[in-house]
Amino acid sequence: MSGNVSTTPTAQTDPGSSRRQAFIQLGVGSICVACAGASVFGYEFLAPNVLYEPSPITNAGKPDRYPQGTVTQDLQAGIYIVHGPEGLYALSAVCTHLGCLTAWKPELGIVACPCHGSKFRRDGTKIEGPAPNPLPWLKAWISDEGDLLVDRSAPLEQKQFVRT
Amino acid sequence: MANSLEARLTSLRDTRVWRSIFRSGSGATNLRRALAVQQNVFLHLASVKVRKRSLAFRVTWFLGTLTLGAFLILVLTGIPLMLYYHPSVPQAYADMNDLRFVVSAGVFLRNLHRWSAHAMVLLVFAHMFKVFYRGAYRPPREFNWVIGVVLLLITLFLSYTGYLLPWDQLAFWAITVGSNLISAVPVFGARIRFLLLGGHTVNANALLRFYVLHCVILPLAAVTFVAIHFWRIRKDGGIYSGESKRHE
Repeated sequence: MSGNVSTTPTAQTDPGSSRRQAFIQLGVGSICVACAGASVFGYEFLAPNVLYEPSPITNAGKPDRYPQGTVTQDLQAGIYIVHGPEGLYALSAVCTHLGCLTAWKPELGIVACPCHGSKFRRDGTKIEGPAPNPLPWLKAWISDEGDLLVDRSAPLEQKQFVRT
Repeated sequence: MANSLEARLTSLRDTRVWRSIFRSGSGATNLRRALAVQQNVFLHLASVKVRKRSLAFRVTWFLGTLTLGAFLILVLTGIPLMLYYHPSVPQAYADMNDLRFVVSAGVFLRNLHRWSAHAMVLLVFAHMFKVFYRGAYRPPREFNWVIGVVLLLITLFLSYTGYLLPWDQLAFWAITVGSNLISAVPVFGARIRFLLLGGHTVNANALLRFYVLHCVILPLAAVTFVAIHFWRIRKDGGIYSGESKRHE
């Protein structure tokens, strides 16, 4: 009778101890799985799946609205339509520094950002910082209806002119 | 006159109702006084005994207490402001203007909220400079300094989220610039910005998220960390009053 019962149970001899260990591991493991699941669920919940934002493709109207040698700013769309010697092109008006809306200064012939003073030429190249990059050229094309369309989500790697 | 008032207060403290609320009872013994602090849910965060010299003005300039005062004003003015403000794109700016021009005492509450917010940021910085230059951040109080840094960040984030709510040009461009700063975080920057704004631009989702952060999540976090901050003062041996008595 007394031979089976150990008065000082250790992890090796006491069967209850290893069972307790197993349950603790199971419990801690379950909590870890629940936390990981909650993190994934939380992230998925916080990231909206449907956005009610304006379409990145904007209609700039008929191309003949933009005479030769002009820079026209579309404040709502945040773009410039420039008609240079080689044709039309669309330029993002969003400063590459911290996302402020730049403005065309006709008296100086440059694009300037009101927030932190970046300046750009009419082809988007940088005159002075703090902007790290030039204003990107945006994909522009003439639709079947003859309207000039600009995709603000599609910056161009190379300069492309829209010929009218 | 003063004696009769005191006698009346003492008899009030011995009534059954009072004793059922405040268990410590009356009497000027040290035990009663200690129990009055220890058995009160708000006061128990503070020490039962305080050194007289740590209450002197020159020790703290009361900057921590003043910060708490600014925070309490912000809570008390912020809750009534919520009753007239709808965090939606068509209404937010109009509601803010209604608070300024139409609602009785609205302009007072709004301006008090705004100035207290500025004061709180200033007081938090002043408090931290005072603690730093007195060396009160040193062990055993080093963890309470860390809690204080967390409270500084919560204060700044409260200011930042509150900045968007008037929904005017200043608010819109400030949050546009600020959220683009977040994009500079390595690897996750763009994702953090997307989750914070609930979209790619400052829009309806961003306004609602900033409102919930400003009115619910951040105040709850602030209260929690303030409670830990005050409790740690007691646990770390009370307010640092210059133990090495060099030139204090």
